[in-house]
Amino acid sequence: MPLRSIDRLLGLGLGALGAAVFWSARSLPAVPGQKLGAGFLPMLVGAGLVACALGLLWRSWRGGGPDGAQAPTAHARGDIASAAVIAGSVLAYILWADALGFLLIGPLCLLASFLALKVRPLPALGWAIAGTLVVHLAFYKLMRVPLPWGLLRPLY
Amino acid sequence: MDALTTAFGMVFQPYVLMVILLSAVYGLFIGAIPGLTATMATALLVPVTFFMAPIPAIAAIVTATAMAIFSGDIPSALLRMPGTPASAAYTDEAYNLTRQGKAELALGAGLVFSVLGGIFGVLVLCLAAPALAEVALKFSSFEYFWLVMLGFTCAIFIAGNDALKGCTSLLIGLLISCVGLENPAGAARYTFGNAELMGGISLIPLMIGMFAMSEVLRFALARVKPEMAIDRPFGNVFAGMWALIRKYPLQLLRGSALGTVVGALPGAGADIAAWMSYAMSKRFSKEPEKFGTGHVEGIVEAGAANNAALGGAWIPALVFGIPGDSITAIAIGVLYMKNMNPGPMLFVENPQNIYAVFIVFMLAQLLMLPLGWLAILAAKRVLRIPAALLMPLILLFCVVGSFAINNSMFGVVVMLLAGLGAFFMERWGFPVAPTILGVVLGTMLEEHFFSSLIKADGQLLPFFERPIAGTLGALTLLIWFWPLVGALRRRLRG
Repeated sequence: MPLRSIDRLLGLGLGALGAAVFWSARSLPAVPGQKLGAGFLPMLVGAGLVACALGLLWRSWRGGGPDGAQAPTAHARGDIASAAVIAGSVLAYILWADALGFLLIGPLCLLASFLALKVRPLPALGWAIAGTLVVHLAFYKLMRVPLPWGLLRPLY
Repeated sequence: MDALTTAFGMVFQPYVLMVILLSAVYGLFIGAIPGLTATMATALLVPVTFFMAPIPAIAAIVTATAMAIFSGDIPSALLRMPGTPASAAYTDEAYNLTRQGKAELALGAGLVFSVLGGIFGVLVLCLAAPALAEVALKFSSFEYFWLVMLGFTCAIFIAGNDALKGCTSLLIGLLISCVGLENPAGAARYTFGNAELMGGISLIPLMIGMFAMSEVLRFALARVKPEMAIDRPFGNVFAGMWALIRKYPLQLLRGSALGTVVGALPGAGADIAAWMSYAMSKRFSKEPEKFGTGHVEGIVEAGAANNAALGGAWIPALVFGIPGDSITAIAIGVLYMKNMNPGPMLFVENPQNIYAVFIVFMLAQLLMLPLGWLAILAAKRVLRIPAALLMPLILLFCVVGSFAINNSMFGVVVMLLAGLGAFFMERWGFPVAPTILGVVLGTMLEEHFFSSLIKADGQLLPFFERPIAGTLGALTLLIWFWPLVGALRRRLRG
């Protein structure tokens, strides 16, 4: 998609966000004895976002922009899928780390990411297990970060 | 003098020296791997520094970043891939030198002039920061308000090439800083009833997401197989360096000075310093036609500039709490975490801590010479490590590090959203630096604006009445309206 079309869509989105921020800021309380308060900065930000959004829309409509602005390069579907798997592995960690425990979810997330980056399965498995153990040693044992045990609590 | 002796005692302890050595190796490694940046190195270090005393924590960041900025030159010369964005300006130059069989010259110049530029930046930091702190002691909320505004203005108008998108990025950062209870009325803003959001968006997971996770995603999308341009053992990288220093003293001085100034400007860091210095070097060179073909002059000037920028960036960070680049934006977070709140009072109340930071800075520059040389010797092995093996491990480190700051999964959520946000922002041409500045300085802006407004009894004129505040205010407004003045002049002439 050309940058101009992206800017147009972003302009609409940012305009809506700015308007929502401005609107919501009106109900925030003032500092006692002052006319302004907690809503002042969000109102400025909201108004600024609307102004920037209008600027983006106007510019994309007129076809202008800074020199050297380029549309993002297109990528192969496989590479987009790899990035999605990597972001998905973090989401999976957020959702299931407490239930499964770090020592189970860690290798799974690593394995998925390694495979997404085309590392061969056997080395990927080895690195996933070794990597999790090293991170566990560093953070749980040395820095005493309470990483979740989940299903493996009996081992604790 | 007592403070200086105490500072030496604080730095020259086995534990601190070991931290410096390990962070140097870590910085050299991260910097040498294309796709891993000095800012990412800092962001990944923070969870570890969380468990250290203040001086080793700062020492780790200072050393790792200085080393990473230099070692970014190594893959530039060998693979034509800058290890960090700060080396991008002269990558072609260094690679062409290697292809001509002069890899030692490219790498040696990168190393020696990084050290010299770095030392220049540190000396300016040591001299300028305490002097500025003396002045800053007299600052009131009016001056701080305008300083923050000037910082925002620099980040939008000077550091970027698209002011509209820069401004949008800043506003997004300010919006993020609005979340939570920390505002003049103490009201819950944009917390949506969530207890985690009451304390605001935690800076460190945000930075880890924006600078580390987004890089991992970028790597997944753009994988290229680099080719090593040299297959013989390295010779002496220091041969001919003295001759270079004697041939290009002005370039060294100009690069170091420009680098320090650009580093001190909020929003602009080592990468912009290197680009500007390289352009300046070509502009004033006696042999501009040789630039781009494997000419060492640009490496001398820009290599000095990017390392000088690191010291420069710490000047506003330590004196005013205003970050000079994204590395110091993270470092300021660490300073607050360690109860070393930046500001002029730090120079009065704890001068030994400031001196210790200066000593660490100098030590890091001096260590760069032997360790950098070893890194060059080890480079061919290190560069064979496939980044596909490192990236998932870095991601796990990001996840656990974001969790460790508050021992809360909310940090991981912030990290994920910030990573995705920064990834798409960069893809769509929105600079990330103004967002960081907005997040870091949003609370400070609001606090000083309200204090000033109360002192001024709601009037705007007192914002300009004090001499320094008036000058800073006028300068800020001048930069804002300069494009308008230019357009008007063009129209009047036309």
